[in-house]
Amino acid sequence: MKNNNTQLMKIPYFPGCTLKDQAKNFERSALDSAKILGIEFVEIPKWICCGTVESLTSDDDMHHIAPMRNFIRVEEMNSQKIVDNEYRMLTLCSMCFNTLKRSNQFINNNDQETLKKLNDFMYLEEDYQGKVEVIHFFELLREIGFEKVAQKVNVPLKSLKIAPYYGCMLLRPPDIGIDDAENPSIIEEFISSIGADPVDFNSKHRCCGSYHTISKVQIVINSAKKIITDARNHGADAIITSCPLCAFNLDSRQKEIKEQDDSFKQMPIFYFSQLLALAFGLDKDSLGLEDNYINPEPLLKEKGLL
Amino acid sequence: MLKTIRLEDENTQFLKKVESISGEIITVCDQCGVCSGSCPFTDDMDITPANMMRKVQLGQSDVLETETIWICASCLRCMARCPRGLDLSKVAEALRQINLRTAINHIKVEDISPEEAKRLPAIAYVGAFRKLTG
Ligand code: SF4
Ligand code: SF4
Repeated sequence: MKNNNTQLMKIPYFPGCTLKDQAKNFERSALDSAKILGIEFVEIPKWICCGTVESLTSDDDMHHIAPMRNFIRVEEMNSQKIVDNEYRMLTLCSMCFNTLKRSNQFINNNDQETLKKLNDFMYLEEDYQGKVEVIHFFELLREIGFEKVAQKVNVPLKSLKIAPYYGCMLLRPPDIGIDDAENPSIIEEFISSIGADPVDFNSKHRCCGSYHTISKVQIVINSAKKIITDARNHGADAIITSCPLCAFNLDSRQKEIKEQDDSFKQMPIFYFSQLLALAFGLDKDSLGLEDNYINPEPLLKEKGLL
Repeated sequence: MLKTIRLEDENTQFLKKVESISGEIITVCDQCGVCSGSCPFTDDMDITPANMMRKVQLGQSDVLETETIWICASCLRCMARCPRGLDLSKVAEALRQINLRTAINHIKVEDISPEEAKRLPAIAYVGAFRKLTG
């Protein structure tokens, strides 16, 4: 793979369960694209599942232990010089981002009492110092500058109309969101930077139905259909997401939508990093398009991008 | 004219319990309905999100038997808009927890067909089990 940078910026990276399984194409395309921008995602040693959903009751400290163990790993990466003075924990999955960032806020907030209680609970760990900051890859791209991203584009995704699907976890609650909860623009800026056209649509932060895909499937089918139809009505060719659960619900559940309504027109769903990798001119292995349920190749061929 | 609603002891106890577990001051909800208008799943629910708040305010524990508390997916659309700054996802979570802490789960693993089981991503399982089992 092409790489002009001698010194990559190393940053601790939390993958989460699904990026090691169904969303391997998300991870691969993101890691390979990041290298083009001079960033190396260094996987956190012995990371464990964050729990996916934030504990919402006031009397549940236990479910913050898993996130906290991961924060301790990041502090260790610094003391062991695996990374240099880099306490930012980079996430790709929106749900991991949300759960880890909210947990960190919960642990560190108020009075230090929670931090102390949880530290006392974990006999075999070094104490968490509270130094870690959870960030999402989109935030890192914004920090690098979308104009810098644009400079690295080899294949501008001209004439591709993309609906930015934020979902819930990147935006809410508003005090941890990566952009304005009601009127965000960061993904639109990303889409413009790779040469594509962002499409505004009302459902950009409507919930896809999340984990109901396990036991209340019809809710998810209805929600996904509304989101995709809305994107299509606003002229989109495809939707991008940064959440493997949204991706499953919007992409794979099109099977059920189509079975229930033959007139439904299917639409490709991408991880944003797949389009970044495509725009950077990375090869097939980095893109992992074969893992998408709705085959995006006909669309990309039609637009002269494959 | 100032009106006072007096609750029976058992209703007050239920209200206090939900307020304590959720950490939300549910009595400040003024029933404006913004949450019900914002929720993407109001149509799928048996009572609206605002109605869920009302029932808790009045200490009506039959709210525990509604589908609404299980359908709320903690998407926080209502929370981002509630003029009273309330977080309904925490109220729904508290109501689910009151059920789940009696060791009754709200999901049956055996209902997931083998084809579905293979297809579903890890993130969906972890999320559902965290939300729907005790
Ligand atoms: S939006 Fe807030 S104040 Fe209005 S009904 Fe809903 S919970 Fe009550
Ligand atoms: S948090 Fe629950 S009640 Fe509020 S909008 Fe989302 S699903 Fe509806």
